Amino acid sequence: MNIHEYQAKEILDKFGVPTPHAEVASTPAEAKEIASRIGGRVVVKAQVHAGGRGKVGGVKLVDSPEEAEKVAASLIGTRLVTKQTGANGVPVDKVMIAETLDIKDELYLSIVIDGDVGAPVVMASTEGGMEIEEVAESTPEKIFRVAGDPLIGLTTYHARDIALALEVPAKAVRATTKLITDVYNVFIENDCSLVEINPLVITEDDQVIALDAKINVEDDALFRHPDLAKLRDPNQQDPLEQRADKADLAYVKLEGGRVGCMVNGAGLAMATMDITKAAGADPANFLDIGGSADQDRIEEAFKIIIDDDDVEMILVNLFAGIARSDIVAQGIVAAAKETNATVPMVVAMRGTNAEEGIKILADSGLNITGAPDLAGAAVVLKEKLLELGGSN
Amino acid sequence: MAILVGENTRLLVQGLGRDGSFQANRTREYGTNMVAAVHPGRDGTKFEDEVPYFSTVAKAVEETGANTGVIFVPAPFAMDAIIEQVDAGLELVVCITEGVPVLDMVKVMQYIKDKPTRLIGSNCPGVLSPASKAKVGIVPGNIVQPGNVGVVSRSGTLTYEAIAQLVQHGMGQSTCVGIGGDPVHGTTFTDVLELFQADDETEAIVLIGEIGGIREQLAADYIKEHVTKPVVAAIAGSSAPAGKRMGHAGAIITGKAALASEKNKALEAAGVHVVESPALIGAKMKEVLG
Repeated sequence: MNIHEYQAKEILDKFGVPTPHAEVASTPAEAKEIASRIGGRVVVKAQVHAGGRGKVGGVKLVDSPEEAEKVAASLIGTRLVTKQTGANGVPVDKVMIAETLDIKDELYLSIVIDGDVGAPVVMASTEGGMEIEEVAESTPEKIFRVAGDPLIGLTTYHARDIALALEVPAKAVRATTKLITDVYNVFIENDCSLVEINPLVITEDDQVIALDAKINVEDDALFRHPDLAKLRDPNQQDPLEQRADKADLAYVKLEGGRVGCMVNGAGLAMATMDITKAAGADPANFLDIGGSADQDRIEEAFKIIIDDDDVEMILVNLFAGIARSDIVAQGIVAAAKETNATVPMVVAMRGTNAEEGIKILADSGLNITGAPDLAGAAVVLKEKLLELGGSN
Repeated sequence: MAILVGENTRLLVQGLGRDGSFQANRTREYGTNMVAAVHPGRDGTKFEDEVPYFSTVAKAVEETGANTGVIFVPAPFAMDAIIEQVDAGLELVVCITEGVPVLDMVKVMQYIKDKPTRLIGSNCPGVLSPASKAKVGIVPGNIVQPGNVGVVSRSGTLTYEAIAQLVQHGMGQSTCVGIGGDPVHGTTFTDVLELFQADDETEAIVLIGEIGGIREQLAADYIKEHVTKPVVAAIAGSSAPAGKRMGHAGAIITGKAALASEKNKALEAAGVHVVESPALIGAKMKEVLG
């Protein structure tokens, strides 16, 4: 789960990590008031769940409270389109007003779980402000990595090693060591999947401050963090993904695809997307209906696919183990009839009660072509796409 | 012989809620020797009037000689169940539960490091050896067939898909192993490859990977050095975009090595027969085995 920058800042504050003086505003008037309280030059930052906002006008420096008000007015209520969002962008409901600092150096610090190491790994680099993927690609030797011990945590000497690798001024080593330890605690105690401080800055007077923060909390651990669960901002999600979340469906909208996919199991769902692509059309979504979906959930899954304007065809691929094919078929038929859907469907159904499921679909009068298996589905899909015409 | 599970499997099932009970029944129908059920508060009663219930794993092991455990408890309690089974000395623990917090699995892996227990999962379909009717997990018993192809996969339904393709082309399986879709998990591809290589019954291996992590590359390294049996591999997720989690917590492209194309390249360089689509696994294996 993504949270906003201002929420991440609040968590860092609570754990004693130094951040710039900043407050969040929901209206231009509030922005003005905060800017005058902070005083001097401030930065106005759109609060959205997407990177790349600086390049599209989502972060602006202003010199007066009046200017802060004006910039806030130009941002709040609009949608920001960045390279990380779809063409529709994401809504700006709030802006953060923050003090500006005299910066001497920009550094990078993050923590993720490295599945292959089986531990949280701290990554640090002197190349702050850049995207870490780019640093990893061009100068991997500039990324310093240390794994935390699952039971002991991150020892102080490890944190100090990182501070030294970051080449901070001698005067700032102690504060940086503490900051790294505190950020590690933020990660562990909030069950994060990512904490990224980029940039971590050294000011002209050798203070070390987390200038920007990104925190993702692991969805699977939210049950033990009810306070964090409340930070979810559904407005930042794609509306179809929002509906899928509510229905407990694993769904990811894919930009520009034409073929809606409905599958049970994550691996099979990916494989189904892959054969769709190989058949000449981009998949419109990833969708795993899960093992124990009842008819209501199947109906909602079908409606989510249908409500995606990009979808011109649907590929259903079911290999029922725990799931029951007849229930899936009933759900599809009920949802298709209710929505008067005429979209052509290619359906492969195997496993538990597959024969019953196939019969229900065949008797439904819907525009359905059967396929025997995954390979067969690829062939039928290709034929149907040719009939449909058009292109990616 | 098969690997991991077989005639000597004495199965303990922990977590007999709706799904656990359903799966325990399928397991018994298939012919697996389920000797104990663990569910708090049901001490002294019997599952389906036949298998004794116990409140603790230690007691169940002591009284029934169970050597293998399978876990169906809800995610918030999965770490505890794994540790309880490890402490009771079970040889093999299979955690089916999906959605276990990653930091719990990080702790589990550290805890079991020096213990003799082997863990499979979490978030996996489990293990099935058709010849000895040993099913530990949720792989449907009616789709498999005894034979000589070992199957190892990160995905459940894609494992079933591969099994169906093998059967369709007239090939049975020695053992099918789902290692699970979580980023931190017990038994790895490499561990299973080592077991298949040493297993007399296994003549060839199907490996199904997916985007995310570097475990497929590690498997490729291992195959290059140690595996003489033919391996057919497919990687799911070539069409997935970067940075989006595709259902499985581990299936997310976060760097170049996580890409399907990079994994394919590494496996090909190790002499693996890589198919570009998981739909072609059966046909390729048929071709390889002649």
